[in-house]
Amino acid sequence: MGVQRNDWSLQRKGQIDQDRHAERVREAIRQNLGSIVSNESIILADGRKRVKVPIRSLDEYKFRFDHRKRKHVAQGDGNTSVGDVVAREPQQSQGTGRGGRRAGDQPGTEYFEAEVDVDEIARLVFEDLHLPNLQEKARREIPSRETRFTEIRRTGIMSNLDKRRSLVENIRRQARETGRAHLGPFRPEDLRYRTWEEQHAFESNAVVIAMMDVSGSMGEFKKYVARSFYFWMVRFLRTRYDNVDIVFISHHTEAKEVTEEQFFTQGESGGTVVSSAYRLALDIIAARYPTRDWNVYPFHFSDGDNYYSDNDEAVKLADELASTCNLFGYGEIGDEEGPSYRRTTGALLSIFGDRLRHTDRFAGVRIDDRADVYPALKHFFRKRGIDTD
Amino acid sequence: MDREVAELERAIERIWEVGRGFGLDPFPTNFEIVPSTVMYEIGSYALPGRYSHWSFGKAYHRMKTMYDFGLSRIYEVVINANPSYGFLLETNSLLQNKLVIAHVMGHVDFFKNNAWFAQTNRRMVDDAATHARRISEYEFQHGRKVVERFLDAVLSIEEHVDPDAFLKRAPNGTTAPKTPRPGRYDDLLAAHELPAAPVATATRDEGPELPEKDLLGFIATHSPVLEPWQRDVVAMIREEMLYFVPQLRTKTINEGWASFWHSRIMRELDLSDDEHLEFAELHAGVVSPHTGQLNPYFVGYRILEDIERRFGRERLFEVREVESDVSLLRNYLTEELCGELDLFVYELVDEEEWTITEKRWERVRDQLVANMTNFGFPYIEVADGDYHGNRELFLRHRFEGSELDLRYARKTLENCQTLWGRPVHLETVVDGEPTTLRYDGSEHSED
Repeated sequence: MGVQRNDWSLQRKGQIDQDRHAERVREAIRQNLGSIVSNESIILADGRKRVKVPIRSLDEYKFRFDHRKRKHVAQGDGNTSVGDVVAREPQQSQGTGRGGRRAGDQPGTEYFEAEVDVDEIARLVFEDLHLPNLQEKARREIPSRETRFTEIRRTGIMSNLDKRRSLVENIRRQARETGRAHLGPFRPEDLRYRTWEEQHAFESNAVVIAMMDVSGSMGEFKKYVARSFYFWMVRFLRTRYDNVDIVFISHHTEAKEVTEEQFFTQGESGGTVVSSAYRLALDIIAARYPTRDWNVYPFHFSDGDNYYSDNDEAVKLADELASTCNLFGYGEIGDEEGPSYRRTTGALLSIFGDRLRHTDRFAGVRIDDRADVYPALKHFFRKRGIDTD
Repeated sequence: MDREVAELERAIERIWEVGRGFGLDPFPTNFEIVPSTVMYEIGSYALPGRYSHWSFGKAYHRMKTMYDFGLSRIYEVVINANPSYGFLLETNSLLQNKLVIAHVMGHVDFFKNNAWFAQTNRRMVDDAATHARRISEYEFQHGRKVVERFLDAVLSIEEHVDPDAFLKRAPNGTTAPKTPRPGRYDDLLAAHELPAAPVATATRDEGPELPEKDLLGFIATHSPVLEPWQRDVVAMIREEMLYFVPQLRTKTINEGWASFWHSRIMRELDLSDDEHLEFAELHAGVVSPHTGQLNPYFVGYRILEDIERRFGRERLFEVREVESDVSLLRNYLTEELCGELDLFVYELVDEEEWTITEKRWERVRDQLVANMTNFGFPYIEVADGDYHGNRELFLRHRFEGSELDLRYARKTLENCQTLWGRPVHLETVVDGEPTTLRYDGSEHSED
């Protein structure tokens, strides 16, 4: 019996296991990048550094009762009676089941919410992304700076001491002076320092032309998908490349160049004339970004619901983009949870597939689900062709 | 020795004296003053010095964050052992710690005298540390990730032990004759001292007795695939769970008992007016009703007070000796108490609204008891370890009206398959239909 007070300052078991948990969270994030990339809390993070995303694979699975099918006992304020509603189910957990039988598959809010760093996610997402077919162009080269330790000198600052080489020098000197190779007392002339130089790697000029369909047929889901793709693309280009120009074009029956903010926030309506966007893109390229001097990357997101009469023109201009630019990327967004076969013909993607002549520099993807955004990014920005790295 | 420690020692002495005067009879208890990080560590691992696993880190992180944001605060952590351990938060005021000490005294008295605790390992702190060393040794030998994945699988079924195995009788109704089992030191005995070779070798061929509730024990002994170190890990987790089961089974009565006594003891101490006020506030916080939930401190406290009022204090000590949560509620939750506590049954109606569907006190009581049965977990037993004559594992959920969370059941079945190495089956009820879930190592199926 008695009271003790011990020194616990070295105790960090909890901390160690907390780190193990954090490691599991990172692993799970890596495995779930597809769904995290298009999670609202990130796309709408609005400058916040840390956001919460749901991660299912970190649940601790047990045999347990389905709490939605169970009767519970609780305590009231003294005035309850049969029929009183004590709580309501959140609505979003409904409508996703395929038949009543799978009710237990959607336990709503019960998965683990991990707090993630948006930069950390970005780093993982961008790991394997590159601007494809990048070529060195003549004008206005964009420097990117990098520091490398490349040289060893006899003078320098202590923090850059090269311990291994200093040891070797000491042993060498002992061998010279005493005839026996061993480690002796250090003298200033034994010490070696590493030093660095700045390397200027020159990247080539690049411009990305982001085109988005904002016609009436682009519903909430489709706009969301297009915006999350561009959100990551813009972020990717800005973190990885020092100075890539980005041109934003939104179109319905007419196309216009807009600011980044307008691009991400404005809604429009009306029909779809895809060629209008391609023509504007070609005009801008000709006027400001001649392909002789620039690597040009046009991307276009649409639901492929183009005016039938415009298809010939659209294919012709798309061919022109694909033949002159480094890569022309086209993403076609389907209906959320709609059958994927619904629009395999008649929509722009299949027309491009059949009729484009310059297919080696064309990349088309179809997106039916939020989780497809990440694969689309990887598809467009995977390594291909010439690379100057 | 600093002043605070001296003051606390005086307080302990006084509280123990008052408690003993009331008839409490606890194990000797060592108290230790710890910083909040250590408090949360012991709280999240439930034992000091336990093995490492990320799930503890997750609990630790959550507790610490809640504490940092001022959302919650653990006042006491107490360990069932002989001698017992009580932990006091260094940032607590003297009065808070007095209340904690009195509360701990109630728990330790309960540990020592409640029948459900009679079989618990009172040296579990030492054993848990030994387990931790063995597991870290296995991490060294087989790799941390390998051990971690294995622990993931074991922990997912850790609740499925049989705490009442010691109550089992031999099949013919008599206790089994005591024959010494062959041991590893038999060769040290002189030949004439050796026990006669066991005659009962034939019983081994009949296989294990079924059904078996002790899923962990069954897997540790009979799994066709586990390595010796893996069997050892399963056995260690099983032993720790058996140690914790009495605490899971007596949550309400144990907290009620400790709250009952901290309030009675504190009334006997010489407190200043300020201290009285602080105590009253604290006590009201601990035993307050949580509307829409069920606070075990409050429910247990009220039932025990009611028992004292109706039957006298002597009965209270009987209750402390023989009851668990289930039997306490079944025997002592009355119509009046149900009304006073405003207890009700609620359920999800039309997939949308959680609605009160029952207030008749007997129905409410029975539902509460049903939900606490098997300490709140589904009752799963091994029905066959050689199903289809193919060494497949067949588990049966003893259905008592509540269906399983299917997504969780399938994932847990995957973990069972990891441990058994052969196809596993789980017989249960889905949407009112008897259904058998099956996982063969690559695919789920059901019929």
